[in-house]
Amino acid sequence: MIVKLLSGDLPRSTVLAVILGLVFIALAFAPFLFPGVRSVDTAARICVFIVLVASYDLMLGYGGIVSFAHTMFFGMGAYGVALSSTNMGRGWDAMLTGSLTGALAAAALAFLIGLFSLRVRAIFFAMITLAVASAVAVLVSQLSSITGGEDGLTYLIPRELTPAFRFGDSFLGANLNGRLLAYYLVFSGALLLFLILLRVVNSPFGRVLQAIRENDFRAEAVGFRVVAYRTGATCISAAVAALAGSLYAIWLRYVGPDTVLSFDIMIDILLMVVIGGMGTMYGAVIGATLLVLAQNYLQGIMGTASRAVEGLPILPDLLDPDRWLLWLGVLFVLSIYFFPTGVVGRLRMQR
Amino acid sequence: MSRVLLETRDLTVRFGGHVAVDSVSCAFRSGELTAIVGPNGAGKTTYFNLISGQIPAASGRVALDGRDITRASVSQRTALGIGRAFQLTNLFPNLSVLENVRLVMQARSKTGFRLLTMAASLHDLTEQAEAVLARVRLLDRAGQTVSALSHGDQRKLEVALLIALDPLVYMFDEPTAGMSVDEAPVVLDLIADLKAQTDRTILLVEHKMDVIRSLADRIIVLHNGALAADGPPAEVMASAVVQEAYMGKDLADV
Ligand SMILES: Nc1ncnc2c1ncn2[C@@H]1O[C@H](COP(=O)(O)OP(=O)(O)O)[C@@H](O)[C@H]1O
Ligand SMILES: [Mg+2]
Repeated sequence: MIVKLLSGDLPRSTVLAVILGLVFIALAFAPFLFPGVRSVDTAARICVFIVLVASYDLMLGYGGIVSFAHTMFFGMGAYGVALSSTNMGRGWDAMLTGSLTGALAAAALAFLIGLFSLRVRAIFFAMITLAVASAVAVLVSQLSSITGGEDGLTYLIPRELTPAFRFGDSFLGANLNGRLLAYYLVFSGALLLFLILLRVVNSPFGRVLQAIRENDFRAEAVGFRVVAYRTGATCISAAVAALAGSLYAIWLRYVGPDTVLSFDIMIDILLMVVIGGMGTMYGAVIGATLLVLAQNYLQGIMGTASRAVEGLPILPDLLDPDRWLLWLGVLFVLSIYFFPTGVVGRLRMQR
Repeated sequence: MSRVLLETRDLTVRFGGHVAVDSVSCAFRSGELTAIVGPNGAGKTTYFNLISGQIPAASGRVALDGRDITRASVSQRTALGIGRAFQLTNLFPNLSVLENVRLVMQARSKTGFRLLTMAASLHDLTEQAEAVLARVRLLDRAGQTVSALSHGDQRKLEVALLIALDPLVYMFDEPTAGMSVDEAPVVLDLIADLKAQTDRTILLVEHKMDVIRSLADRIIVLHNGALAADGPPAEVMASAVVQEAYMGKDLADV
């Protein structure tokens, strides 16, 4: 049963299996294990980024395609929900329409970009995605009458998903309200999308992608239309990224260029996929979890540490919370140095 | 008489000023094994590249079974029945031996766009791939990663991918190059089997004259990209042009 759900693609390392199991349990019961607005918010972010990074891994790790437009596809899903909720009014139908439209639009745009640039060299595709993503980000900021510009959009989601909707008191420290339901919507949506991606990479299609990544010349010579497969992978990846964006928009009830379109998110995705391990899918789980946790709690931990060493020379300065980005960079360099194949690659090697 | 399966007409390509393949016109019949000989740099591999589509022709045509494929892509030509094994081993290095062959089976079965089936559940593809591996004596290596194989085994796998494809036109580019004396016969026997069993067209680039003598129905000689001789083995081997092309070297070995 579990083997089937995971499409026969098991962690292949005991340590990895244990870590993945812990992450799963932590996310599945986050509202009860870690009650509190901030920690549940962190858990929801982790869910969303796992899907976002896994969809990027389909393209980069399995297809060998470098794209800088992943945040754009993510944003399309998020703005899809925001725009439909703004224009159609609050409701499940608006949410669903927005999600599907966002995913379809992302796939269509990916198809167009792929059609025009995947034929040519891979570096050309990377450059085109960069150009298109920048153009879209500018466009979204400019069209403020539709998109809210730099301020973004705030909108209402179905009442059943808001804190105002209560269906009981509290249970194990968690408030039984719509926010809890919203979390489980995000969690189950993310889980479903992740399992679908895992299936896709273990399908005949996924095998062809791996063959193309290994040797596109020979893949073409044994009869695979390389451009068609690469374009297909890009479209699926874009659609899933958009759906992750929709989940994020449902969770945040706000979208803006900084939260869903900024280039910082693209860099986060790259870091997560590299730290976790490319071409493994499970790397997305590890990478997203580690980085989101670091981004959310590193500053706090450093603040505590800095106070603890007060009075000593230099140390408090180095541990000042404002230096958190520096430490994140150090962590990144160290992880690349010690785990060039990512955490998952490293754990699998140890067996 | 058997029919013409593959034909090139005035096929030409240049690299800079150098004419690598110079107006080669030649027809190949089904059931026929043609050896292509010529010194290094004569244009044999480039001629193959023009036929299988890796390099577009500057002028001239290629036809498969009467159909013009000069403008077709590599994958289209493969789907139509052109199969190629490469001179420089050209595999999927980080996948297993079995997976390499399975991929070819998958290309033929056109299951590549199934997104939600598990690849491992297509058992018949696995069985077909194993049968091919048995034929090239690589079944005991099925689970190994290709990059860990010996050179000889990689050459066998190179041939296995072509056999798995089962095309109308088999093109072997120096299939035994760099293989040891006891490994080469496995590949040569396979080519002999193919010739005996099928009505396929086989093109074989090969330097060893004893191999050519035992396998070929016909020899064509390329020299500086141009067709220098074409005929039955005994006749061509005796001709002055081959003596000149090889400067007496390889022929003297026979
Ligand atoms: N892609 C290429 N670009 C430039 N020159 C090439 C290319 N491929 C082959 N050549 C040249 O074309 C000639 C024929 O090469 P090739 O077909 O490999 O010869 P053969 O296989 O008979 O040894 C050689 O002079 C080679 O240097
Ligand atoms: Mg050659």
